Amino acid sequence: MADIRTLPEAVAELIHDGDAVAMEGFTHLIPFAAAHEVIRQGITDLTLIRMTPDVIYDQLIGAGLARKLVFSWGGNPGVGSLHRFRDAVENGWPRPLELDEHSHAGMANRYAAGASGLPFAVLRGYRGTDIPRRTDTLATVTCPFTGEELAAVAALNPDVTVIHAQQADREGNVQLWGLTGVQKEAALAARRALVTVEEIVDELRPRPGAIVLPGWAITAVAEVPGGAHPSYAAGYSVRDNDFYQAWDPISRDRERFTAWLRENITREGTQV
Amino acid sequence: MREEPGPVADGRDLGAPGRDGRGPAGERERSGEDGRGVPAACTPDEVMTVNAARALAGARTCFVGIGLPSTAANLARRTCRPDLVLIYESGALGAKPTRLPLSIGDGELAETADAVVSVPEMFNYWLQAGRIDVGFLGAAQLDRFANINTTVVNRGPDRPEGRLPGAGGAPEIAASCGEVLIVLRHSTRNFVDRLDFVTSVGHGAGRGDRERLGLRGRGPVAVITDLGILRPDPESAELLLTDLHAGVTVEQVRAATGWPLKTADQVSVTAPPTPAELAALRALRAA
Repeated sequence: MADIRTLPEAVAELIHDGDAVAMEGFTHLIPFAAAHEVIRQGITDLTLIRMTPDVIYDQLIGAGLARKLVFSWGGNPGVGSLHRFRDAVENGWPRPLELDEHSHAGMANRYAAGASGLPFAVLRGYRGTDIPRRTDTLATVTCPFTGEELAAVAALNPDVTVIHAQQADREGNVQLWGLTGVQKEAALAARRALVTVEEIVDELRPRPGAIVLPGWAITAVAEVPGGAHPSYAAGYSVRDNDFYQAWDPISRDRERFTAWLRENITREGTQV
Repeated sequence: MREEPGPVADGRDLGAPGRDGRGPAGERERSGEDGRGVPAACTPDEVMTVNAARALAGARTCFVGIGLPSTAANLARRTCRPDLVLIYESGALGAKPTRLPLSIGDGELAETADAVVSVPEMFNYWLQAGRIDVGFLGAAQLDRFANINTTVVNRGPDRPEGRLPGAGGAPEIAASCGEVLIVLRHSTRNFVDRLDFVTSVGHGAGRGDRERLGLRGRGPVAVITDLGILRPDPESAELLLTDLHAGVTVEQVRAATGWPLKTADQVSVTAPPTPAELAALRALRAA
């Protein structure tokens, strides 16, 4: 049974300096509020893991809390570049960012291997590309049955995975639906799992296509309505596409970004 | 404006090498003729998108990248291919959006889908297993064998490597779909002699390379641009200019291409967008 906590408590208890942290959610259900709490608490030297770093990691990277990024596509979806990510990679601002870079298929399989307790996963991928030159978590393996050479990708086992879901019940059982991405694999691959939810309900009503994570497989649940904004929670909110577009000019400029962070995240009394 | 590139963002704000002296493509208007001889004024971007949609006329299922590919695939559903199954890497199989999604994860994609699957399932069961006919990609850089770079660009000895978004789903889409279509604006910045990084394999170093690498799909069959259409030579797999859009010359295309572009024995001219195609495209963008 998961512990029901406030967000500040849960973040303080589960996420520590130097941790490998996965905050997943494929465009949908991105746990922004939890990331903002990490910024407020100044938890640093993180290895950030996420298929699509998105604006959530642009903020953590710009805040100087990340030393390494494990990812497969680093853009602002539908808008353009992630400028804080690019500034860190190209210019080392505010600190250098080490990269471990894969394809989506590779990242998805790395989580699946982690969730399965296997050291690596096998897929048909990367052949003929330059990607293997830039990562040491990718190799080849020969199929013992057919002799085919296949890609092997190292398992991902984050210290902590953070996801956002629509609902939990009072025992900490969690239900999420809509685009469910890679959250189940990311949560089960991690040593600790924190789930923020739109609401805690008396009883989870089954939804088509939903994923249910039993409370005993989760470390802590925190109720954070709107905790995915500017991403969204199907049934509760819609994606704030205007914010994603507005992020482009905010994040292009170091001073403007820093002011945004101060005014919206770290200033005394700011929430979510 | 919804046309900003998505999973494979282009490099135009990166100061990548190459210049062709052209203004932004969308600002130029081109006059064409519709099927009834009535001139239809439209932009090169519209001509590109309409031709990209037409390329899907024979497809049953399409793995759709965001940006230009998504616009073209949604246009195909409103024109030549109403039954086209749109597949978005966020997990939507058979999405039927009423408006263009900004991201590949907009809520409407899941709400209208035949099925919603997890990301590992999408890439393993659906893409890798060879269940998808056409992969529709954009690119930042493309070479003469339709190999794609979306990872980094070299900006010269005194500047740090320019960072692009990276691979996303593209390497395995390019490898495993039955065939691949690529849509991107034509300029020497994008059509380069040598890629700075190979993110996704088109035809490798030439015909036979895909088989040698064990890539199961046929690879790129057409590159649709705002100037014309390039297709791989049946013998060498090097891209040939096979079609020009109305009003464009071979010299213009060559000037916008970073390698000595070869032309097919016979270069056709694409049919201008019909009023119905243009109306559908404009309605889609306005929705």
